[in-house]
Amino acid sequence: MDNAQLLISGLANGCVYGLIALGFVLIYKATEAVNFAQGDFMMLGAFVTIGLTNTEYMGLPFWQALPISLGIMGALGYLLDRLIIRRLFGESQTAVVILTIALGFVIRFVAGLIWGHEPQTLQNPLAGKELRFGGLVLGLEDVAVIVVTILLTWGLYVFFNRSKLGLAMQGASQNQLAAYYMGVPVKRVQGFIWALAGIVAGIAGILFAAKGAVDPTTGLLGIKAFAAAVIGGFGSLPGALAGGLVVGVIEPFASRYIAAGYSQIAPYALLLAVLIFRPNGLFSQVRVKKV
Amino acid sequence: MRIIFKTDYMQDIRPWKDRYQLVLYLILLTVVAAAPWWLDEFYLGELTNVLIWAIAGLGLMVLTGHTGQVSLGHAAFLAFGCYANVALIEAGVPFLLAFPLAGILTGIAGVTVAIPALRLHGIYLAIFTMALSILMDDIIVLSEPITGGVAGKYVGGVEIFGHLVDRWGTPDQFFWLVLTVAVLVTLGYINLLRAPLGRSFIAVRDSEVSAQAMGIDIARTKMISFALSCAVTGWAGALMGLFAGAFNNETFSVLISIQLLMMIVIGGLGSIHGAFLGAIVIGFLPQFLSISKEYAGALFGGNTVAIPGLEFGIFGMILIAFILFEPMGIYGRWLKIRTWFELFPFYRKDMFKRQKSYLKTERLR
Repeated sequence: MDNAQLLISGLANGCVYGLIALGFVLIYKATEAVNFAQGDFMMLGAFVTIGLTNTEYMGLPFWQALPISLGIMGALGYLLDRLIIRRLFGESQTAVVILTIALGFVIRFVAGLIWGHEPQTLQNPLAGKELRFGGLVLGLEDVAVIVVTILLTWGLYVFFNRSKLGLAMQGASQNQLAAYYMGVPVKRVQGFIWALAGIVAGIAGILFAAKGAVDPTTGLLGIKAFAAAVIGGFGSLPGALAGGLVVGVIEPFASRYIAAGYSQIAPYALLLAVLIFRPNGLFSQVRVKKV
Repeated sequence: MRIIFKTDYMQDIRPWKDRYQLVLYLILLTVVAAAPWWLDEFYLGELTNVLIWAIAGLGLMVLTGHTGQVSLGHAAFLAFGCYANVALIEAGVPFLLAFPLAGILTGIAGVTVAIPALRLHGIYLAIFTMALSILMDDIIVLSEPITGGVAGKYVGGVEIFGHLVDRWGTPDQFFWLVLTVAVLVTLGYINLLRAPLGRSFIAVRDSEVSAQAMGIDIARTKMISFALSCAVTGWAGALMGLFAGAFNNETFSVLISIQLLMMIVIGGLGSIHGAFLGAIVIGFLPQFLSISKEYAGALFGGNTVAIPGLEFGIFGMILIAFILFEPMGIYGRWLKIRTWFELFPFYRKDMFKRQKSYLKTERLR
């Protein structure tokens, strides 16, 4: 019973990691860049929603605020691509890495200025409700997190592997010049994918804020999400979710069964191990091309 | 504009362009070495700090600027060097022996890290080193008998030729110690870049395939690069420990790693000047911010509240501006200005334009 409880809470946490990792993977799949600020995006999405719904700010009803905040996050993602990332077109990945790290600092700073540094929670219709399964206590938020994450991952997976636009994105990342020749609007595709990543980060932020408190440093969760993305192999959406679940489940079990000093190491140790032994992740879609 | 006619190959690989440039740098060195006589104690300390950061920047520059391996984990090696140095001194090794040893040990640690890191490139390497930097915090706590854990360590002065050199007691001597290390490292760096080894670093950075075709053993080159980089970073860490006097597991956090990387990007990747210029920016930004805050407070009514994250926020904005408009950093901008004057009136706008290439995936190699 105890273990099952740990498992459930781990799964719910893991879903949030998985959602952030989903953002990494989306951008990586389509543009070969990695957005190190994805965690801070999540934090921003949470704060935007808090700013719209909580009574001490604007006090809109939750279901009205939801599309507005997701729209804002999507627009932010698109603008970021339009104004900043697009100028780096054709430069090394390193430039994008350093730029997004810097961006994370800026976002943290701005969020701290606007919403203060106190941890806040989102007032939502699911708060405080519980489901009971014979001794297991499930917060309704946790259930919502798990359901939404699975639906979102499945939707994105289908979109990438079945629809024309999704395939165009993958093509655009694998060989830009060839994609141009094939008539893929590469720039527009990039803008779209950054907007999508913004929306995903917004969803992750809302779910996270519904579950627990958010403050400007929450974005540092992104590092754990990296572990998730790497375990899944950058470039596989279900893999990112699976990696997130693995990290999320390992955490509570480690803190339960391993000595205090060693427990918080577990996710990072796992990350290092995966990078050393399977650099392409456990579920990666990479086939080494032999020429 | 000075035109140098090179008449033989040895002239082409001299460490300085001509005697004029050499004299300029010697004058600069003399002025800096005489700093204790024309600076008050506070700013001397600041200058020492800048020099230490510059040494760390040089260490990272070998790896990131010249070998093209992005490392977000160099604070781990700073910490390693710092603790190794202190542990050796406490074991009774004289400082003059402990200090080089600390660097060498850090270099060895760097090689052990490099072995798995050789298989990774680009983003994976960045994530790997970042995780390493985070883990270092916990490792320091866990190895409490050596490192003092959360309580940290306190280090006083060190003894060199019977003189006690201490950050607070004898700031002048400490400054000279740091300056000596900085000059030695810089000279070594200049000569490294003239040697085949340094050139092979640059070849690996620019194109691994081409480097391989030229007969460079890439794995070996990357290993040596890691070793040198970590050794220099270890020395910087040892000096940082002496400078701070007290340190614990949180002194060398992952933020320090990121700050180091940002520093050399702002200074200019792939140039020795870049490490020093970046260090100057890092060292004096907090000062500048506090002064400007006082000004702002005086203008808009005395509101000088400390805003958390302000320093890093401003820093991030500066960095974004640099990456967008001046990818070569401060040194790149200086090069452009100098070229403009040298070539007047023939400077063209796109002289330093980088060649852009279409992206091709790294996943399908």
